Amino acid sequence: MFDFSIVTNWVHSTLTSVMPEGWAVLIECVVIAVWIITLYALLAIALIYMERKVCGFFQCRLGPNRVGKWGCFQVFADVLKMLTKEIFNPKNADQFLYNLAPFLVIIASFLTFSCLPINKGASILDFNVGVFFLLAASSIGVLGILLAGWGSNNKYSLIGAMRSGAQIVSYELSAGLSIMTAVVLTGTMSFSGIIEYQADGWLIFKGHIPAIIAFLTYLVAGNAECNRGPFDLPEAESELTAGYHTEYSGMHFGFFYLAEYLNMFIIAAVAATIFLGGWMPLHIGGLDGFNAVMDFIPGFVWYFAKAFFVVFLLMWIKWTFPRLRIDQLLSFEWKYLMPLCMANLLLMTLMVVFGLHF
Amino acid sequence: MNNEHNTYLGLVFGAIKTLLIGMKTSIKVYFRKKVTEQYPENRKELKMFDRFRGTLTMPHNEKNEHHCIACGLCQIACPNDTIKVISKNIETEDGKKKRILDRYEYNLGSCMFCMLCVNACPHDAITFDQDFEHAVFDKSKLILKLNHEGSKVEEKKKEQ
Repeated sequence: MFDFSIVTNWVHSTLTSVMPEGWAVLIECVVIAVWIITLYALLAIALIYMERKVCGFFQCRLGPNRVGKWGCFQVFADVLKMLTKEIFNPKNADQFLYNLAPFLVIIASFLTFSCLPINKGASILDFNVGVFFLLAASSIGVLGILLAGWGSNNKYSLIGAMRSGAQIVSYELSAGLSIMTAVVLTGTMSFSGIIEYQADGWLIFKGHIPAIIAFLTYLVAGNAECNRGPFDLPEAESELTAGYHTEYSGMHFGFFYLAEYLNMFIIAAVAATIFLGGWMPLHIGGLDGFNAVMDFIPGFVWYFAKAFFVVFLLMWIKWTFPRLRIDQLLSFEWKYLMPLCMANLLLMTLMVVFGLHF
Repeated sequence: MNNEHNTYLGLVFGAIKTLLIGMKTSIKVYFRKKVTEQYPENRKELKMFDRFRGTLTMPHNEKNEHHCIACGLCQIACPNDTIKVISKNIETEDGKKKRILDRYEYNLGSCMFCMLCVNACPHDAITFDQDFEHAVFDKSKLILKLNHEGSKVEEKKKEQ
């Protein structure tokens, strides 16, 4: 397995040999920032294209197929359109909060995005409480949504933002508890530690029953956290036009749109990292030849394959189920999902104590 | 049996079961043949469904005969005054006066394809065909004459 930290260490030592360490770190930070933004934009384009195609296929349509072969330039055209549109400020809106909100949302998304370990040694933020940091950073996003609703001076935005706030705060508990279930088993909170633990088998196999339950509850809670269907009632078109981003246009709307898709990817990627082994190849104990072949596939390929598989699961869920009502949504979380997560956490703890896992 | 669906766990398992049924249905649709028609490209092989209402036509047989007896019921049935049945009186060989169709005018521009004319016709003389490419540059081209030049009404065969 190729270790990407060889490259980063070589870059660092080369830079420090010609300049003081402060400058070297600054240059590295800028490069990393550009890298994050580029990857973010490219992934967003890929995800939006995938969403439109998969949605079309689920509705027995073909999806976009006019711009370029199979419509592959459709999203580029949409991005160009979005960039050239006017950014609109509604009258009597709180201008500062109104303009701040999309940046808060996208910054939260960037922060969580930078936690993802893409390859061995290629994680940007990796420290001993990485999982905590991810959960904390992802909850900044709800602040941006609430500000967008409050700052827009629009009743639809406000209702959408309030729904979104209630939803995200509730479902964060389930998401956190499901991740904690995995942390109980691995005994570490850093992403690299969690992945190292899965070297001889992904967590979903090692932790069997509680790990599978935790994986499913994490998908449900994560889906609700990024406001996607069937939990997309903060932006329920039929009642709230577009929810918290009703008043936004141009690239400010684009930021919400990007953040929505990237949050979905982040949820999928975290699920893939924690439960499906991240960049770890599929290893089956006893089959050395098979394992050696699997090792030839680079880590980032494994990583993106797993993440996009989970993204497909999320899209499958989104385009199958109808939207919930707000009381159904909250009673589902507080009466069903969270008790299940807590019972599951207890089950996992007992299993670890008595050594019943693989 | 009824109790099973009202308990907490009964609800949970019932919900999971129905959700899985929904997901099974949608993944089947995902792999099904797509219904999208790529219209301008597939003009040649495009086939509209049988009951599609394209243009009003008056079918003629190979002897250039139609079924219209110029009764004007279609004209009365039309809510938009789209149809004009212009008839003329002639005298047949055996000396009877008879009203026959002279011109059957149909204004495509004001037709709303409600099919009341077809339903009103007692002789099934008119019907809708599959042709839907109606765009023209001049409004006057939308006024169509449905009976062909030199056509006449099909004589009923004498029974016995």
